[in-house]
Amino acid sequence: MNQPLLDIRNLTVGFRGEHGPVCAVNDVSFHVAPGETLAIVGESGSGKSVTALSILQLLGEAGSINAGSVFLEGEDLVGLGEARMRKIRGNRISMIFQEPMTSLNPVITVGDQVAEPLVLHRQMGWKQARAAAEGLLRKVAIPDPAGRLHDYPHQLSGGMRQRVMIAMALACQPKLIIADEPTTALDVTVQAQILALLKALTRETGAALILITHDLGVVARYADRVAVMYGGRIMETAPAIPLYKTPLHPYTQGLMRSIPNLEGDVSAELATISGQPPDLSNPPPGCPFAPRCEHAVEACHQAAPVLEWINQEHARACIVDV
Amino acid sequence: MSDLLLEVNNLKVHFPVHEGIVWRRQVASVKAVDDVSFTLRKGETLSLVGESGCGKSTTALAVLRMLQVTEGQIIFADNDITHLDGKSMRPYRRQMQMVYQDPYGSLNPRMKVRDIIGEPLKIHKASLTKLAYRNRVAELMALVGLLPGMIDRYPHEFSGGQRQRIGIARALALDPELLICDEAVSALDVSIQAQVINLLKSLQSELGLTYLFISHDLSVVRHVSDRIAVMYLGQIVETKPRDELFARPEHPYTRTLLDAVPVANPELELSRPQPLIIGEVPSVRNPPDGCRFHPRCTRSAEVTPPGLCSRTQPPGVPREQGLVACHLFAR
Repeated sequence: MNQPLLDIRNLTVGFRGEHGPVCAVNDVSFHVAPGETLAIVGESGSGKSVTALSILQLLGEAGSINAGSVFLEGEDLVGLGEARMRKIRGNRISMIFQEPMTSLNPVITVGDQVAEPLVLHRQMGWKQARAAAEGLLRKVAIPDPAGRLHDYPHQLSGGMRQRVMIAMALACQPKLIIADEPTTALDVTVQAQILALLKALTRETGAALILITHDLGVVARYADRVAVMYGGRIMETAPAIPLYKTPLHPYTQGLMRSIPNLEGDVSAELATISGQPPDLSNPPPGCPFAPRCEHAVEACHQAAPVLEWINQEHARACIVDV
Repeated sequence: MSDLLLEVNNLKVHFPVHEGIVWRRQVASVKAVDDVSFTLRKGETLSLVGESGCGKSTTALAVLRMLQVTEGQIIFADNDITHLDGKSMRPYRRQMQMVYQDPYGSLNPRMKVRDIIGEPLKIHKASLTKLAYRNRVAELMALVGLLPGMIDRYPHEFSGGQRQRIGIARALALDPELLICDEAVSALDVSIQAQVINLLKSLQSELGLTYLFISHDLSVVRHVSDRIAVMYLGQIVETKPRDELFARPEHPYTRTLLDAVPVANPELELSRPQPLIIGEVPSVRNPPDGCRFHPRCTRSAEVTPPGLCSRTQPPGVPREQGLVACHLFAR
């Protein structure tokens, strides 16, 4: 196996909360190969977005990486310091956020926002960078890119704004793109357009993609491999087809059964997972899923299981035979 | 009395667009809902689906008379309620209730659960004794799966799914006939969403409720509906019984919508063709002439004579228990 592009080991991230520390990400390890699409799926509060933000160390005042390493092409990013991180953000790793409405600067033209990473990281002059921005807007299929350069974000639709975000993310030809719920705020037909574009462009440039989403349909259509998160931990990871076909963790199994689908029987009730997700400021001592798990045994409530490899590509964090 | 609970005929809801500060004048109107008709039988679920701006929520608000109706007719249980004033509308309000999308924004954070669920009772059944009131609130909480011990809690102490249950209990307080669910499960996580969908379905069979279900999510709609109406830019483009719509979608927009939804099955997705989607939804302020979908339609070239789609609005072509508004099927 060639060296992974990104290799995360035992990452643990905490936040100072109102009622004491909150452990949002707990002992998370995964890797991303060059050119591959890894989907991190989970429900709200599962730690998927925090994992993404901690790769770029965008955790804010209250958050901190408490343990673990983030290796990018063999170099550990944890502890690099703000100045070095700035050289990486938007350059070797770029990020696409969920809200195309709020993550673009409303008082700077679209062209300048797309050009900015080129000026910062590629030492281009503004004139040259704006010309390159026009090419990038054309690449993300924005009609009339030359005219659009002078538009402000509010003059564009949600789908067009997300295309601008993608153009910005691609500007410096990053090795890795992290897309955090890139289409959650968009309509389904626009979602299909944006994800197809993102997938085609990452394939063209050879960039790897981490796709963070709660939508298991989106994962099925676009991901090569999947990591399922719950309560700040990875519960299961596998290539998409085996994960959907033979999920090995009780949480993944429950999740797969509870999705309303366009196929199959509808006369029966949807399967549900009883109970509520854990409160991370007061997490259960053992496996985070144990309180809702129908297979849980005594040992599940005592210690959190570690992620164990069942075969070369499929791993799960569970001690029960299911 | 017929078995029709709700009949909406040629409903139009137009919002005026004004210009000028001193001499304010109307310069245009946004035709948010433009000539929409449908019926709802007692005990059935009709879903209105479509993307943002298609007028599905506006239609719901107009049915509840929370918006001014520009034209058309709303008949609820054989009574024309289109032009009733506030006071004469009151007895109907208790028979039609709404469950909102956002479980965080739709509950007053300063009110306890007992007061949130009980508020409709205080307004419409002021004569209730304290004991009867308390019992009714407890009964409603049990009905939606909330524990009686939670009665004195505030909304922030609940998760999203539980809050949505509170919203449902409040909507049921007055034993309504019609429940309008506006994206009622859209904000919830999948495992919680399934719980609320099941709850809505079991309440329907238990209480004989009629649902007008508004959603953008076709897979959710498939699980709750008897019939489905697909909306695009203020108009209904196709109405059909659920299984018929999913098995044989006819309108090109319905097909686009169905193709765009990714299915949670990677093997199936590999074999599925990538959807071909042209352009974006145009602004409702300035909708295209003729068929509103024609600039994005992949099949308008098949229509004879050429250019018909861009000139003439398609007629509603009747189908068994439904219709499709497309020139392709007009003969």
